[in-house]
Amino acid sequence: MFNIVEKRRWYFLFSAFLIILSLAAMGVSMSRFGQPLRLSIDFVGGSIFVFTFEGPASEDAIRDVFNSYGMDSAIIQPLGAIEENTWQVRSREVTADEVGSILDSLQSQVAPIDTDTLRFDTVEPSVGAEVTRAAGLAILVASIVIVGFMWFSFRKVPHAIRYGVCTIAGMLHNLIITFGFYALMGIVAGWEVDALFLTAILTVIGFSVQDVIVVFDRIRENIPRRRSEAFETVVNRSILETIHRSLATQLNAMFVMLAIILFGGDTIKPFIATILVGMVSETYSAIFIAVPLLVVWEKGATRRAMARATA
Amino acid sequence: MRKSEIWQLALIGVVALVAVYVVIDVQRPGWVNNLAFWQPEGRREIALRLGLDLQGGLQVLLAADVPDGQELDPTSMETARRIVESRVNSLGLTEPLVQAQGDRRIIVELPGIDNPDQAVETIKGTALLEFANAGTLPLAPGTLVTTSLGGPSLGQSGATPDIVTGDTVTDTTTSDVVPVETRTLETVLTGASLENVGLNIDDQNNYIVPFELDSEGAQIFAEYTASHVGQYLCIVLDKEVISCPRVDSAIPGGEAMIRGDFSYDTARQLAIQLQYGALPVPLKVESFNRIGATLGAESVDKSVRAGAIGLGVVFLFMLIYYRLPGALADLGLIIYVLLNIALYKLAPITLTLPGIAGFILSAGMAVDANILIFERMKEELRRGRGLFTAIEIGFSRAWPSIRDAQISTLIICAILFVFGTNLGASIVKGFAMTLAVGTVINIFTAVFATRTFVRQVAASAETWIAERKWLLGV
Repeated sequence: MFNIVEKRRWYFLFSAFLIILSLAAMGVSMSRFGQPLRLSIDFVGGSIFVFTFEGPASEDAIRDVFNSYGMDSAIIQPLGAIEENTWQVRSREVTADEVGSILDSLQSQVAPIDTDTLRFDTVEPSVGAEVTRAAGLAILVASIVIVGFMWFSFRKVPHAIRYGVCTIAGMLHNLIITFGFYALMGIVAGWEVDALFLTAILTVIGFSVQDVIVVFDRIRENIPRRRSEAFETVVNRSILETIHRSLATQLNAMFVMLAIILFGGDTIKPFIATILVGMVSETYSAIFIAVPLLVVWEKGATRRAMARATA
Repeated sequence: MRKSEIWQLALIGVVALVAVYVVIDVQRPGWVNNLAFWQPEGRREIALRLGLDLQGGLQVLLAADVPDGQELDPTSMETARRIVESRVNSLGLTEPLVQAQGDRRIIVELPGIDNPDQAVETIKGTALLEFANAGTLPLAPGTLVTTSLGGPSLGQSGATPDIVTGDTVTDTTTSDVVPVETRTLETVLTGASLENVGLNIDDQNNYIVPFELDSEGAQIFAEYTASHVGQYLCIVLDKEVISCPRVDSAIPGGEAMIRGDFSYDTARQLAIQLQYGALPVPLKVESFNRIGATLGAESVDKSVRAGAIGLGVVFLFMLIYYRLPGALADLGLIIYVLLNIALYKLAPITLTLPGIAGFILSAGMAVDANILIFERMKEELRRGRGLFTAIEIGFSRAWPSIRDAQISTLIICAILFVFGTNLGASIVKGFAMTLAVGTVINIFTAVFATRTFVRQVAASAETWIAERKWLLGV
């Protein structure tokens, strides 16, 4: 029988490496932007505009308009090729009555704007602070409830709490790697944390237990059947028995997510990519981290018990 | 075939047919369109509703502008929402949305509106209070007037929607003929000169609204009342006469009161309106965003394409990897897609871009239940069990895992929903809704329907299948 659990040190090492990379990405982001993940206006407040001019536009002309409203620190960037005349401007929060006149000024001083593709978004800084608090709370509540649920549904298994704790470890692993991925994309592609990112993270938390549940379920089923086998062997057998299913499910989820990333709308690409990374990490961590950790714990406990018995 | 199995097949068939009927675009008789009885009349049409991010428009998030920690009266929030709603309705948009979000926010979605300034003006519609000179002719309360600052707005052709009597908003569609004054009255002062507004009871036990004017206003008021003794001074709110008291004597000092036929509620309402504008709760704009219509249409096209491609691949995968059971799971998946879309139309659930993503994702995950079952079935077959035993073990042993996974998804959906609702993040809500609906439907299609199909096919062609093991992917 192929032994997955035996080589656990390598997986732990590999995961440690990924976690270090993730933390490093957040560190770089911290030093460059002052935030471990770049925050969007949903969290810090401000305004963002995306407009397509119906003629050539220059950054200077756009800047002049925004400067005249006292927004000297507005960040102005072209989106896509310069010839597409699509620009994104990020500024302090603009009030409702300013928007109309800013757009008028742009129309008259830069070039006509295609209103059919015009997009803007404004968030008050005070809301941003509240969103941040609520987001933290949502993640915390979600993690606790999910782990509580795990503990509840495995309550009849000996050491149910260990199953819960191993699930937490796997979940943390997934969260750190997903955050790290997003921090990296923030550095290279300017991705920002918004309400959708949070949705993605909560989804990852929810899916974080799916593969673990399947393997744990199988362990639960196999323990009474194979009393003669060592715990490690039972666990390994359970992983091998369920790995087809884990991979097939993962593959199907990947198909639809890749389809959305490749063919879907631009605005949800970061969202789906985040879920994809989270889910790949979750399948990996279920088989190679959470379950082997359970083995380490059980073995350690057995060894201590034996030591006590012989002493 | 056992009787219960016939019933099960019939149930699945009927559900699938109803779903098809709801999903396809056909002319439906009126009573069918009225079936969604839980919806208010006029909103029962069976149609897909697209969120603002898919059809383009303006979304404004309003929040009660009160100091932190101050208690908000839920009835006044609801009144504010209804006032905002009637104002938004006066814009004549198709399907605008005004919804309470949590206990201190109102979300307003205005499809097809571009200018946030115009929209916010309409929504907030600060009440304009005027003291207008009516000369020697008093005007009845409720009369619409034109003052030197302009006439009634277009939406005010009937009774104004803004005046709140008791707890109910006066219906804009009442057929009462509203008296309209043809003269143009001279505006003496506006509410801008008001400094303090109170609520009190006079000697005759009538409610009165005393107010104080700032120094400039007080002076104008004193001069006016001195020179117009015996004439009528109308108090006009948003071009509607509230009361028309006679000036009995000059009023120096800038302190006066509004007397009218007030109940406690109307007096209080007036005092609040004068102080904060026409809403019982002052509202501020917390965020707004706008999406161009073309962008929305593009997103719809792309999502449909991405969904079709993604699901197509899943479809093929199931067929190739699991063969006959896979084909039956695909049949379940088709019913799954139909049921979801039918429910979006019936409930109705407004589709947003993340909502569609949630649906596609849930469809991709929907086959997980089947995969669990079929893997278990294959395992049992390899162990040499018979076809029927393998099928039954497959379904029964996979069930705990499926159930636990579904419950954890639903827990997350609930948290997402609460999170999205309290912050007015309707995109988060859209995702949570479609994911949750998909998860529940999944139990019906992937477990119940597919199991029925598999049992039936196995029962009717047992030996034929047993001779062709490759059909089972073993």
